[in-house]
Amino acid sequence: MTPIGWPAALSAARLHVVTGKGGTGKSTVAAALALALATDGRRTLLVEVEGRQGIAQLFDSPPLPYEERKIAVAPGGGEVRALAVDAEAALLEYFELFYRLGMAGRTLRRMGAIEFATTLAPGLRDVLLTGKVKECVNRTGPDGRPAYDAVVLDAPPTGRVVSFLDVTKAMADLARSGPIHSQAEGVVQVLHSPLTVVHLVTLLEELPVTETLETVDELVAADLRPGALIVNRVRPQWLPDRSVAAAANGRVDAERIRAGLSSAGVDLPPDVIDGLVAETVEHAVRVNAESTALHRLAEGGEHPRLELPQLVDGVDLGSLYDLAAALVEQGVGGRALSGAGA
Amino acid sequence: MTPTLDVDALIDDPRTRVIVCCGSGGVGKTTTSAALAVRAAERGRRTVVLTIDPARRLAQALGLEALENEPGRVADVTTAPGGELHAMMLDMRRTFDEMVQTHSTPERADAILANPFYQTISSSFSGTQEYMAMEKLGQLAATGQWDLIVVDTPPSRSALDFLDAPQRMSNFLDGRMIRLLSAPARAGGRGLRKIVSAGFGLFAKAVSTILGGQMLADASAFVQAFDTMFGGFRERAEATYALLRSPGTAFLVVAAPEPDALREAAYFVDRLSAEGMPLAGLVLNRTHPVLAPLSATRARGVAENVRGAPLAAAVLRLHADRVDLAEREERLLTRFTGAHREVAVTRVPVVSGAVADLDGLREIGARLAADGDTGRAAAGRLRPAR
Repeated sequence: MTPIGWPAALSAARLHVVTGKGGTGKSTVAAALALALATDGRRTLLVEVEGRQGIAQLFDSPPLPYEERKIAVAPGGGEVRALAVDAEAALLEYFELFYRLGMAGRTLRRMGAIEFATTLAPGLRDVLLTGKVKECVNRTGPDGRPAYDAVVLDAPPTGRVVSFLDVTKAMADLARSGPIHSQAEGVVQVLHSPLTVVHLVTLLEELPVTETLETVDELVAADLRPGALIVNRVRPQWLPDRSVAAAANGRVDAERIRAGLSSAGVDLPPDVIDGLVAETVEHAVRVNAESTALHRLAEGGEHPRLELPQLVDGVDLGSLYDLAAALVEQGVGGRALSGAGA
Repeated sequence: MTPTLDVDALIDDPRTRVIVCCGSGGVGKTTTSAALAVRAAERGRRTVVLTIDPARRLAQALGLEALENEPGRVADVTTAPGGELHAMMLDMRRTFDEMVQTHSTPERADAILANPFYQTISSSFSGTQEYMAMEKLGQLAATGQWDLIVVDTPPSRSALDFLDAPQRMSNFLDGRMIRLLSAPARAGGRGLRKIVSAGFGLFAKAVSTILGGQMLADASAFVQAFDTMFGGFRERAEATYALLRSPGTAFLVVAAPEPDALREAAYFVDRLSAEGMPLAGLVLNRTHPVLAPLSATRARGVAENVRGAPLAAAVLRLHADRVDLAEREERLLTRFTGAHREVAVTRVPVVSGAVADLDGLREIGARLAADGDTGRAAAGRLRPAR
């Protein structure tokens, strides 16, 4: 496995798709990544597509409407904006634009007609969502430079992300011509270009690692670019390396612990020592499992890897900045290699 | 004081006929369902567990190598008299096909199954899995063969999807919209047409431009063929819904001690109570109870003063981390119980590694029944031989 770091190819990307198995913390990581990439005066856009208002919760703000809003200031004067894309609103936007539906569009929405249309063609929903994201990636400001240095997409979980991004397949559901079709062709171009990378968030546990490796293969097969493997919630390992294997097999020398405590002038009753021993065994089993998981990730190929620590107090706005700082320290958003705004 | 969820009382009670395990994705619903089923069977109940997409090794542990769509007996379960364990894995597509065949003439069923639009709906519509899980539960209940049916729910991002999806699917299949789209001039009645006539023609045109005429034609043919059997479908869905609301059913909400999972659990609890559905309690999965009464501050302080004993220092530091983690988990739980005081809770201390066999499931079952906050029991079981 490549050492921890953020190679130049990742800095060259402008669309950072973040996925992961449910429960691995992909939304938190996506938010931290948007902050990290905005460091030093850059501007990023954090996008969510699953209608869960996860960004608002993370940044402790009221629910996001369907428009780009400034949501945080990054260290060094950068700015993160946020957008909650909604497929129905995106479809109405098209209808407005191409068919001038106006008021009737809203009535149709109330009737459930829009949901119906996206249900009829499941691919349509994905085309609409990725279409909006592509528009944000390609948008330029008055000076002709990209409006955003980077767009970070909090994407669907690993189980669905490839079909979500594989717009070519989704287009099979759609008519062979028309505005949405041409839009989708543009999306395909961006998603399959070096502008787009897909980062995978994982924990050092068996199932998330398995899903991560499977998804990497699926991405490659679909001609999409895997980015970094982001190992989340890394916990400190306290045991000396040589003690781990024995402890994981239940062999912990209670007498040595007792003696060590005595050296600090502390004598604990036997049942407390027993409790400490039991905790130590569990810790060692976990450390062992984590190192196996890390090995499996490494065998999965040469992918850049990033690590984020477990936050004991949970994620709040302040700790998002800590996570972003940890990403910057590992090289995320290497200044010299940034695209626009450099 | 939060009431404790007595899992053994729940699974032993002959009046408990259905247990539904729900919760957001990644919290361990499937494993919890399997562990409950193993325990119930070994305590003497004729039990079937309906799992959705179990991890490979869990499936193997339950003898589910092949997708059979019918329960198979799990060997190696040493049950009390009367107990039996059967397990199955939901085959969504097959369940749907069988439903179509049951409710239709053979010719019509063939037409539906061959329709390309049916193939989309039966394999990728976002509510199909939930709908079919409900259907399968209804079938299992209807046989009357089981003392207890334990149901896992699909891995949706929100636990609420499980309750909403069948309705969404029903709305979709009742075909009003498709009739409007394929024949806007005739459908919907005068009133409706008046309201939307300004836009509907355009909308239909827009939709067919986007989706293509063929898809609309397929969809329309599908809905027409489906129309005759729709009444039967809806009746079944309603019967299953009634089963969910009956006193023989118990919902267990499963959550990991993480803010998102507990938030989803809270939504779900509120929703169950609004729907009049019987909630048995909350399973707080994968907790890290403290096994030695020593504060984090003290442990870290002593670790600083330990000389020449790296093992002891490491043990103190990992203990301090564990105390912090346990306190955080209890804080999160308190936030949940503060707003839901009546909800009984059981904590399930984490088992390292994925569950690989029946013994692993038994261990989880024991932890489910013990409410792990005592910690002592776990410490006793984990105590290494010396």
